Amino acid sequence: MCGMKGRVLIVDDDTALAEMLGIVLRNEGFDPTVVTRGDEVLAAFREVKPDLVLLDLMLPGKDGIDVCKEIRLESGVPIVMLTAKSDTVDVVVGLESGADDYVVKPFKPKELVARVRARLRRSDDPKPESLSIGDLDIDIAGHAVRRDGETIPLTPLEFDLLACLARRPWQVFTREELLEKVWGYRHAADTRLVNVHVQRLRSKVERDPEHPEIVVTVRGVGYKAGPA
Amino acid sequence: MSTGTGPETPGLRWRLLGALTAVGRSAVRALGRVTAVWQRSIQLRVVTATLALSLAVVVLLGASLLRQVADGLLDSQREAAVADATAGINTAQLQLDAADDAEPAAVGQLLTQLVQDLVNRAGPGGLYDVVLVSSGDGDPSAARSTRASRRVDPTSVPTALREAVVAEPRVFSTYTEIVYPDDDVQPGLAVGGQIAAPVGGLYEIYYLFPLTEQQQTLDLVRRALATAGLLLVLLLGAIAGLVTRQVVTPVRLAARIAERFASGRLEERMSVRGRDDIARLASSFNQMAGSLQRQITQLEDLSRVQQRFASDVSHELRTPLTTVRMAADVLHEARDDFDPAVRRSAELLQDQLDRFEALLTDLLEISRFDAGAAALETETADLRDIVLAVVESALPVAQRIGTGLVTDLPETPCTADVDTRRVERVLRNLVVNAVEHGEGRDVRVSVRADEDAVAVCVRDHGVGLKPGESSLVFHRFWRADPARARTTGGSGLGLSIALEDTRLHGGWLQAWGEPGQGSQFRLTLPRRAGAEVTRSPLPLAPVPPAGDRGVTGVGGPYRRLAASAETPVRPAGEPAPARPGVGRG
Repeated sequence: MCGMKGRVLIVDDDTALAEMLGIVLRNEGFDPTVVTRGDEVLAAFREVKPDLVLLDLMLPGKDGIDVCKEIRLESGVPIVMLTAKSDTVDVVVGLESGADDYVVKPFKPKELVARVRARLRRSDDPKPESLSIGDLDIDIAGHAVRRDGETIPLTPLEFDLLACLARRPWQVFTREELLEKVWGYRHAADTRLVNVHVQRLRSKVERDPEHPEIVVTVRGVGYKAGPA
Repeated sequence: MSTGTGPETPGLRWRLLGALTAVGRSAVRALGRVTAVWQRSIQLRVVTATLALSLAVVVLLGASLLRQVADGLLDSQREAAVADATAGINTAQLQLDAADDAEPAAVGQLLTQLVQDLVNRAGPGGLYDVVLVSSGDGDPSAARSTRASRRVDPTSVPTALREAVVAEPRVFSTYTEIVYPDDDVQPGLAVGGQIAAPVGGLYEIYYLFPLTEQQQTLDLVRRALATAGLLLVLLLGAIAGLVTRQVVTPVRLAARIAERFASGRLEERMSVRGRDDIARLASSFNQMAGSLQRQITQLEDLSRVQQRFASDVSHELRTPLTTVRMAADVLHEARDDFDPAVRRSAELLQDQLDRFEALLTDLLEISRFDAGAAALETETADLRDIVLAVVESALPVAQRIGTGLVTDLPETPCTADVDTRRVERVLRNLVVNAVEHGEGRDVRVSVRADEDAVAVCVRDHGVGLKPGESSLVFHRFWRADPARARTTGGSGLGLSIALEDTRLHGGWLQAWGEPGQGSQFRLTLPRRAGAEVTRSPLPLAPVPPAGDRGVTGVGGPYRRLAASAETPVRPAGEPAPARPGVGRG
């Protein structure tokens, strides 16, 4: 546990749950901070500088979706939504507003911890590695993506997704494979995660997101990097 | 057509036969259409009945009217004719009596003269003709002695009249047809009597009165009556049509509005005009519609509130449940540090939270179905793959109980457009149920496909189902034996959810069971999304059943099992020929 970056900002209006989350995360070696109101999140975020945000979507003061968008404007920090609804719309709206992953209440503590770890996981010593895909240069160690020398800001998750595709440009990845490699799911999970994040990635790296050239859809299979 | 005429003969015959059949078919179709219109339209029936009845009345009335006119016309004519003839005959007799000493030749002369005289009495218009006939008593000269006024054919006298006249010395009359030269036949009256000549025996005198004028009058009357009658009938038909239309049109309108109302347009109302019966119908209909609409809206609101409530409750429960769950987990992790009672409590808490959570998940799923919020996400999948995945996931449970899982899969793909997640859920439920109720005996999962449907049967050899239970199993929270210990988990909603999932696909989920023989659940899904299942590639009952009991269709049309000699069992309504797909591969 030691050595792992572990500041977690817990945003949940249910104090009991927030406290319980704090206990569980502290037991696992993280350093949790609790906020219960939506309009206090941003101040706390700037103060704590967390490595990960656990965000409930139903918040007093300010809607979780708006909070999510505000954080995204400032930082690419991993955001995991806590949601009581597994209905299509809510999850997709949450993901589109910038969340990386979500867990549905009621979740098991192990499940939550696994999700948090997966989002905080970084390869121990990233080998200096330079990839290129289309007109993009990807610097793995420096965690940066450049086009014509200009850096394109990506969240860590988006970067991982792009890097995963770019390492094997000849391979078509199914959504399930991507869920396993990028999100760390070992069992089949919600493939909407992949769809939404591919859309977000494209909106940043493609010249024309309507006609993607970097992340290409292979109908009926999944996605691959580079020209089809 | 003989068989040896040529090579095309059979072809021609077939064509002819085909044409005939086609004509017959179209005739039958036309007849069917007419029958349908007849059965549907009150107006047509009323108009037809009015036409038929008024036609009968007009025909009867016309006939009796015509008879009366004819009688009136002819009776007076007949009296006058008989009087004329009687006078003429008497005169003739007198003249013959006066010449009783004459020579036979003179008698002939006299008779001719007599006929001429009688005709002359008729006047220049020729009111009648006279025929004198010898009665033919054997005298050879009498054979020649038929005399007639020139205009008429003596054969016009009917034989029956002659017989009567010869038999009795009286004046007789009858209607006949008078034949004039040039084959001109006219209706007429024949009056006849006998006279005795001094030589040559008996003679008959016949007066033939033409009734042409009367006939013309009668024809005129008949024509007038027919025209008037026809017009009357048509008019009555038209009136009946108009009158029924007045009644039928509002009724049809009401029917149309009622249909629209029934199809869900609850705001439909009839327009009320005037204060007659139709207006009353309209206003009562509107009252009924209004009260129905109120009740339906109320019920809808109520069920919406209820569904909302179930969904809200489930959602609201989730947050505290998460907290409890995490707390229990922390306790569970630390259980080794507790004394035994507290440790066991922590374990029980953990287990029961699992159950509670499963129940909540199922409740939420059911409330989603009830709210109509469940939607299919179909993709083309091979049912064999799904079955294999499900069987694999059920292996741990099966191994714990000691049940063998046997799969019976065809070698050919059994693809269908399905929501894999839902079908997997259905099958996992069926397989786990079968394992849990299978008393440790093997559970067999079979898959078959035909052109339109795929079927999966899950067979166990456990306690089976009692009669009637095969439909109860799909009821929410139904348990086979309430007294049985609830050792096995399960929310009691599994099969209800499975049934809803199946319905969403347009498929069938059915159960078969016999006490002591185990049970079998059959899932039948259409291969193409949106299609309906009409038959299943697999029979529902696995063995020839001892009767029909315990077999109920759920999730599809009700069907009973029919025992058959060639195949063990198949649902009634499926065609008898060997079904493609069964046993294939």
